[in-house]
Formats: sequence, structure tokens, C-alpha cells
Amino acid sequence: MHEFALAESVVRATLQTAESEGMTAVTRVVVQVGELQQIKKDVFEFALKQVHSDDPRLADTVLVVEIVPARFSCRVCEHGFTLAETGEHDADAKEAIHFVPELAHAFMRCPACGSPDFEVAEGRGVGIASIEGERPDA
Amino acid sequence: MLDPRRAAVDARLEGVKRIVAVTGGKGGIGKSFVSSALALASARAGRATGLLDLDFTSPSDHVILGFETGFPTEEFGIDPADHHGIRCMSIAHFAGDAPVPMRGDDVTNALLELLAITRWKELDLLVIDMPPGIGDAALDAMRLLGRAEYVVVAGSSRVVLESVRRTVRLLQDVRVPILGIVENMRRKEDDGVRRLAEAQGLPVLGTVDFDETLEDALGDLDRLAATTAVRSLAAALLPVVFPAGR
Ligand SMILES: Nc1ncnc2c1ncn2[C@@H]1O[C@H](COP(=O)(O)OP(=O)(O)OP(=O)(O)O)[C@@H](O)[C@H]1O
Ligand SMILES: [Mg+2]
Ligand SMILES: [Zn+2]
Repeated sequence: MHEFALAESVVRATLQTAESEGMTAVTRVVVQVGELQQIKKDVFEFALKQVHSDDPRLADTVLVVEIVPARFSCRVCEHGFTLAETGEHDADAKEAIHFVPELAHAFMRCPACGSPDFEVAEGRGVGIASIEGERPDA
Repeated sequence: MLDPRRAAVDARLEGVKRIVAVTGGKGGIGKSFVSSALALASARAGRATGLLDLDFTSPSDHVILGFETGFPTEEFGIDPADHHGIRCMSIAHFAGDAPVPMRGDDVTNALLELLAITRWKELDLLVIDMPPGIGDAALDAMRLLGRAEYVVVAGSSRVVLESVRRTVRLLQDVRVPILGIVENMRRKEDDGVRRLAEAQGLPVLGTVDFDETLEDALGDLDRLAATTAVRSLAAALLPVVFPAGR
């Protein structure tokens, strides 16, 4: 996923949660990003600063980004494999997978049998694992 | 776990005044033609127009309108490529001509991702070429594009009508607004589509005859805009999408 789009999404979702839970400050947000998303952590952190809303509830938020390793499982031969095991991909393939990770099915193959029909068992998508904050009544 | 992309999808569509999703009962009925022709007519009427091809299996709008499928430019996300006033987005921009075999979960994620990264900015109209069928792709698109209004493409063959009826019932069951039905590729006088529409309480927005000249005009916007097919489609849909004075 594109780092700026992700940063914006995280800020929005965090503020929505802060709003609905009546937080006066968000102290810590843990974001889990699948390895397949090909997010560059430094670009993401830079993007977060750029899109960081001037909302005072986010002024002192600690953001933790965890990359979840990708694991694939071939539906044809049942071979399990990692991203590294799919070999080197050209720049266009990498770029496409970065924007829309499911394009792995267009550019990656099972290293054992060559099929594009594999399951992304782990390490795709993005999720906010936790949002911690201060509430006036707590 | 909270998926932040959901929040992004709505944000991406904030500046879009109207979303029209084109669906239909059957493969090859003309969904892509109707979507592309509507986008072309809208742009030529001076409206800020976007076109999103959500058919991941066989994207077609780039062939119909002749837009390039290189990587779109990045700017805080993805900027849809401008093609003579139509801002276009398609999986073909990323996959080129490679097949993209995807199953349920892949489709859901790819759709979410594409909607979350594409910056449409201000648009009068965003046309969606809906995924064929009523499987994962179509259901997810309906779920994520909450504000979309639907145009159903139909044909008069009994085989097509049977499946159009199912599509209309699904749209009614998930409670999305249906603008009406467009009959496409008519080859002879027949009132099958009109009767179906009446039975479902929907208007027939227009009829587009089979146009022998369409194939040779594909990819050439001036020639396309001059075809009888595009002109009758425009006459049917533009007044509905942009009612007088709006
Ligand atoms: N009114 C028309 N006159 C002549 N040819 C037409 C007309 N409408 C569509 N076609 C042609 O019919 C073919 C199928 O149309 P189109 O690709 O728009 O269908 P579709 O419903 O999008 O198909 P799919 O289900 O594969 O997405 C195309 O070659 C298109 O150019
Ligand atoms: Mg199509
Ligand atoms: Zn295999």
C-alpha cells in the first residue's frame, strides 16, 4: 500500500476511535502491516508526519509499526513458502505489488510447481492492533 | 483488528458528487461499453468525470477508450491518469496484460486497496464498471461503495432477461438505489426488457441498438463519440445523471 494513503488512513481511523471512545489524548497506536504490502518504514513514518493532523489528541502519540512476515501456501501442491523464496522480481512487479499487494498473483509463482494459485496465509493487509489513550473519566 | 483502509475509502470519495455503478445480468451484455460511453459523454458535456474499471478478470475500459495502462503518477496516493478529460483507473494500470488470478479474500483486499489509494479529488461523476456476476467482487463493491446508484444493462434474449431479473432482485435485497435499466445491443423490436422493467417497478432509461460501426471506433474517442451507440446511450443517461439545472 502506498505509504501516504496508509498514513492518512491510520490517522483517520485513530481519530474516529478517539472520538467514539471519548479520548482526550491518544498515547499509543500499534499498526500491523503485512510484509506483502511492501511498506518502507521510514517513508511511512515521514508520511505520518506530513499528514499528521494538527489535532491536539495526536500531539504526543507513540506509533508502533510492526511488519508481519508473509507466508504463502500453494493451493495446487500445498508447498509453503516465504516472500524471499519467490525470488527476485523486476521493478514493475515490485511497484505493482507495493500498490496493490494482491497483484502478487500476477507476478509471483509457487517456487515448487510454478502455480499462481496460492494463498496468502499471513502477512497481507493492514490493521490497527490497538489504540490507547486517556479519557477524562479514567 | 480495525482495518484503517475502510476509513480511507470514504475519504477518497468525499469530493465526488455522484457515483453511478453500471452492472448487468450477464457477461458480454455491454457493461463496459455503457460505463465507458457514459464517462465519455459526461466528459464531453464538460463535467469532471472519473471511470473506475472494477473488472479484475477482464478489464476492458482501456481498450474501449484507448487509454494507456502504464503506472499512474503518485501524489499522496495514486492519481488516476487523465485521458482527454476522463480520469481513469483500472487494474490494467498495474498488471499490464498479465492475468490476475484471485480468489475471494484476494479480491476483497485488492478492491479495498485500490479504493483506498486512488485520489479522485473533485468529480461531478464517477462511473464504476462493476465486476460481472454476483460473487465476492460485486458484493464487496456494493458494500464499499455505499453511495453508488445503479444502472442495469439488459438485453432482450430470454437467457439474458433471466439473469437480469436475478441481478435486479439482488440489488433490491441489498437496498441500493437503482436508476433504471438500459437495453443494449437491440437487433429487433421486442418488449421483453420493458415488461421486465415494469414488473420490477423500474424505468427503462433508453435503448441502444446493435451498432456495426462500434468495433472499428474502439480506442478513438472522436469516432466513438460520433457512433449511434454512444450517442443514444448519452441521450438516455446524461439527463438522468445530470438533471436540468444541476
Ligand atoms: N450497442 C452495441 N453495438 C455493438 N457492439 C456492442 C454494443 N455494446 C457492446 N458492444 C460490444 O460487445 C462486446 C461486449 O461488450 P462489453 O465488453 O461492454 O460487455 P461487458 O458486459 O462489459 O462484458 P464482461 O461481462 O466480459 O465485462 C464488446 O466487443 C463491445 O464492443
Ligand atoms: Mg466488461
Ligand atoms: Zn505449488
